[in-house]
Amino acid sequence: SSKLSFSSQAKMSRPVQARRLEGVDKNIWVEFVKLAATYSTVNLGQGFPDFPPPDFLKEAFTRALSGEKHMLHQYTRAFGHPPLVKILAQLFGKLLGRELDPMTNVMVTVGAYQALFCCFQAFVDEGDEVIIIEPFFDCYEPMVKMAGGTPVFIPLRPKAPKDGKLMSSADWQLDPAELASKFSERTKAIVLNSPNNPLGKVFSREELELIADLCVKHDALCISDEVYEWLVYDGKEHVRIASLRGMWDRTVSIGSAGKTFSVTGWKVGWTVGPNRLLQHLRTMHQNSVYHCATAAQEVVAQGFQREFERYGKPDSYFVQLPKEMQQKRDQLVQSLVAVGMKPIIPEGTYFLVADISEFKSDVPDVPNSDEPYDSRFAKWMVKNKVNASALFHRIYHGVFVPSLLAVLIRASSGGNTTSGQRPHPDPVLVWKKPGHCLSPW
Amino acid sequence: MTFWKKECSLRQWPLDTKTQDELKALTTMCGIKLVSKRYCHHWVEFTKVAADPSIVNLGQGLPDISPPSYVKEELANVAAVDRLNQYTRGFGHPSLVKALSQVYERVCGRKIDPLTDILVTVGGYGSLFSTIQALIEEGDEVIIIEPFYDCYEPMVKMAGAKPVFIPLRNKNDGNCASSADWVLDPGELAKKFNSKTKAIILNTPHNPIGKVFTREELQVIADLCIKHDTLCISDEVYEWLVYKGKKHIKIATLPGMWERTITIGSAGKTYSVTGWKLGWSIGPQNLIKHLQVVHQNTLYTCPTPLQEALARAFWIDYKRMDDPDCYFYSLSRELESKRDRMAQLLREVGLKPVIPDGGYFMIADVSTLNVDLSDVDGNQPYDYKFVKWMIKSKKLSAIPLSAFCGPETKGQFEKYIRFCFIKEDSTLDAAEVILKNWTKQTD
Repeated sequence: SSKLSFSSQAKMSRPVQARRLEGVDKNIWVEFVKLAATYSTVNLGQGFPDFPPPDFLKEAFTRALSGEKHMLHQYTRAFGHPPLVKILAQLFGKLLGRELDPMTNVMVTVGAYQALFCCFQAFVDEGDEVIIIEPFFDCYEPMVKMAGGTPVFIPLRPKAPKDGKLMSSADWQLDPAELASKFSERTKAIVLNSPNNPLGKVFSREELELIADLCVKHDALCISDEVYEWLVYDGKEHVRIASLRGMWDRTVSIGSAGKTFSVTGWKVGWTVGPNRLLQHLRTMHQNSVYHCATAAQEVVAQGFQREFERYGKPDSYFVQLPKEMQQKRDQLVQSLVAVGMKPIIPEGTYFLVADISEFKSDVPDVPNSDEPYDSRFAKWMVKNKVNASALFHRIYHGVFVPSLLAVLIRASSGGNTTSGQRPHPDPVLVWKKPGHCLSPW
Repeated sequence: MTFWKKECSLRQWPLDTKTQDELKALTTMCGIKLVSKRYCHHWVEFTKVAADPSIVNLGQGLPDISPPSYVKEELANVAAVDRLNQYTRGFGHPSLVKALSQVYERVCGRKIDPLTDILVTVGGYGSLFSTIQALIEEGDEVIIIEPFYDCYEPMVKMAGAKPVFIPLRNKNDGNCASSADWVLDPGELAKKFNSKTKAIILNTPHNPIGKVFTREELQVIADLCIKHDTLCISDEVYEWLVYKGKKHIKIATLPGMWERTITIGSAGKTYSVTGWKLGWSIGPQNLIKHLQVVHQNTLYTCPTPLQEALARAFWIDYKRMDDPDCYFYSLSRELESKRDRMAQLLREVGLKPVIPDGGYFMIADVSTLNVDLSDVDGNQPYDYKFVKWMIKSKKLSAIPLSAFCGPETKGQFEKYIRFCFIKEDSTLDAAEVILKNWTKQTD
């Protein structure tokens, strides 16, 4: 076959892309993943575990595939594989204290990411405002914009911790008056992320009631991103805002198998909410991806069935994983303190934020650079051993000092790193700098 | 954006008759044309049928044959690798885009960069969505050839653009034995292009008719795309399912077309694994980059284990692309005999099948049977009523063809229904029993 060339007159001469892509083309993860791959370092930035999924889930996957059920390889129900929506309805019905219909109160999505996309597309229109709490998972802003909406930011503000104590994510709070001032008649929704990525904050019942009252008062929706719902430490309770008074009817709760079962690569997520809201998510879903892959849904359903039976018991994965991660968190905190960083102890998630202002002098100064400091710091870390995310300056429109670094708690204990280099012992924040050895090798 | 959102608030699911009537009343009141009925409810209604085991389901395009064993094995192998259970590269798992670039370089005869010229999506459906969201907007017109895979219209509308329909016409006027008899009128097609035309959506091999566009037919379309500086969105998910004597030609390989074409493929149709929901868009970097932006703002990345398993399966078949046992060729041979069997059964009953040159669907003219449908309720097209009657009284299901056309052409297509023949022999045996007993039963 001959190589076909094209004549220059054939090129599209007019602008091709749609205007909805304006301002949403940059993506920090795309950049950082490329960077980490280029420099072959340990990737601590992007939020995924470096430990394997639980054995019971891997076994279920293998079992499902070795059976004769080849319909596992064909389309299933578009709004969610029946066994999965049924067990989700059972579990979340129990957690929310109400009877849920698996067909109308639950919808499965391609990861929580697609659930968020469906929510913004279904509910946000031009002229609508959406309140976003800073710091936030980076996709909220471009998704609101792509839907034609206007993001309205409100920062969590730090309160000084008690003398001698380390700051906790609980010390970062919304100012009630400030929050109230952000609601207007144009406010369509508020995005809540609890436990919060990247701070690790787990909103208390009182804090959620504050938000709930405002939602009810202004007839606003709540898009509640709860993907880290099981990663909660120190016996703290994850309160579901949909269970608060007046909130079920105006809340879509989002969850993720990737975060629940440490299988981010399976991309199975879900939305739970009232039919009057989910019907619009279904419309969006059927006009964008229509079906989600079948096999993973089948296996996640089995995983949930197992956990439902063991709910609250010591051998429940939902009990064991946070216990294990809490230890890792504590080790990492110690390591960071030892080198003079100031970690903010997270109440949940597997992220940790640390104050890096002490280390400004170590990062080579680039005169006239308009690249923000912590981005340069993060890139310097990547080149020097460790990849970490530097999200703050880009996502913070509020008060924050651009000197905070989000770092991922890892549990790698002899397993493979994403770079394929030799495994590290615990804890896993490794940082080689002349004269400073952070972790015991 | 506002158009479909208004519609959203009117749509309920599932749509029972009462809700349909309410919907009609509401849309009349709001002055919105009732085209949305088709978007959400017919697949839903007909999918409910699929759950009923007493009905022989030849409706939904779902293989009930097994995927090739090595495809299933690769997925099982992949399941055991821990790191493959976590996120991979957003725009496509590296080993998969590499495999796709190799296969399609060979097919297209041009260099394809795996990182910039390919996007992996959630099925061919996801590719259509990403393409349309990336490149189509308010003020644009998009030409859609009827009958069409039903999602094209709502996706174009959701992007704020206007669909412009042009029907395939039966050139033998009533006596169309083959999908090749259904053609576009070049003069009519030319008139549909204007300065607002942003793209034309091409589907070859075609669902539902099974038409495989010839080089000459593609050249007519290409000439118009170049003349009017438009894009071509080429849905080629059935590219390997082409029967004896026919050749699948990629419009992107015609002179002047690579730069303005997005070509869409599907693992589901290539390997009979519709439940993997993996597809891809291939095109020039300056177009694909916009699809990638949509992707990073919608679902970010596709599942890793499925992509890795698919990559491995592609390598197996890439290495034997000169060998007739390559699955890309062996599947169509397997399906050709099913096609011929299906056609024979339909003829014996008195239906007039249109033999498809490609794909795994076959349409048949049911009007010749003159079935009394006065009992079937509803102000619906003939084919909808026929299928409802057939499901109820014959326990056989198919899909009415007017589900695949715009409002103006219902009259032209309502005497046809669509059968899917990518089915196990046992399913076809069951269909045979029903069809052979057809005339013996009273209604």
